[in-house]
Amino acid sequence: MPARGRPTSPFLIYRWQIGNSLSILHRVTGAALGVGLIALSYWLVSLAGGPHSYAAATALFASPIGLLFLCGWTFAFWFHLLNGVRHLFWDAGRGFERTQRHASGWFAVAGSIALTLSVWAWVWRHLS
Amino acid sequence: MSLRSPLGTVLGMGSAKDGTAHWWAQRVSAVALVPLTLWFVFSLLTLPAFDFDTVRTWLSVPISAFLAVLLVAVMTYHSYLGTIVIVEDYLTSTGMKVLTLITLRFLYVLSGGAAIFAILRVALGFPRL
Repeated sequence: MPARGRPTSPFLIYRWQIGNSLSILHRVTGAALGVGLIALSYWLVSLAGGPHSYAAATALFASPIGLLFLCGWTFAFWFHLLNGVRHLFWDAGRGFERTQRHASGWFAVAGSIALTLSVWAWVWRHLS
Repeated sequence: MSLRSPLGTVLGMGSAKDGTAHWWAQRVSAVALVPLTLWFVFSLLTLPAFDFDTVRTWLSVPISAFLAVLLVAVMTYHSYLGTIVIVEDYLTSTGMKVLTLITLRFLYVLSGGAAIFAILRVALGFPRL
């Protein structure tokens, strides 16, 4: 432990709140979507390869682990999109008030959960 | 009068040279991805099924193939820009950092190039295997 009164790095004393949580989540979902991009490329390549390679790819995505990843990527996509728009507003110098930051943050969380559930409800209804 | 410090001159260190280019490219590609990704998601969701013939027929339509190529290209670029920032933030060893950045660049070009080639192969009607 450092001696008392020594300066402390901000992340050691920073209070956990919605602002930093969503900032971290934005980076985590971005990294996850980077992996999802490789999966998208694989899916497209399998489609170009013919019915056999496409069947192998869809079997992989329809497996329990594949579906888990697809659900994760769906949430990551919607959150990164909604929170990304939030960041674009900030870049334009808008939405910095405390109430606006909190409202838009919770909107991004609730919106991404609702959109993820909607997508999978839609897929389930149409494919079952 | 030079604004460079004596130490900076001795070490041969100048500015990073690219200033806000990376930041700006990240934002512009983000704006482009809003309509492109929404088009992609809603196109997939409105397909009657995800079987080979349906998906292949959909991607053979010129406008679908064109937008899919743009989507993959911009998404690969945007993801590359974001990922190198993560590497630059967390990898402190110069050797590891350079090695990872070069590997990532190769991986992104490989992934994006393969996906675009695949879309073109479907859309331009190469003989069915």
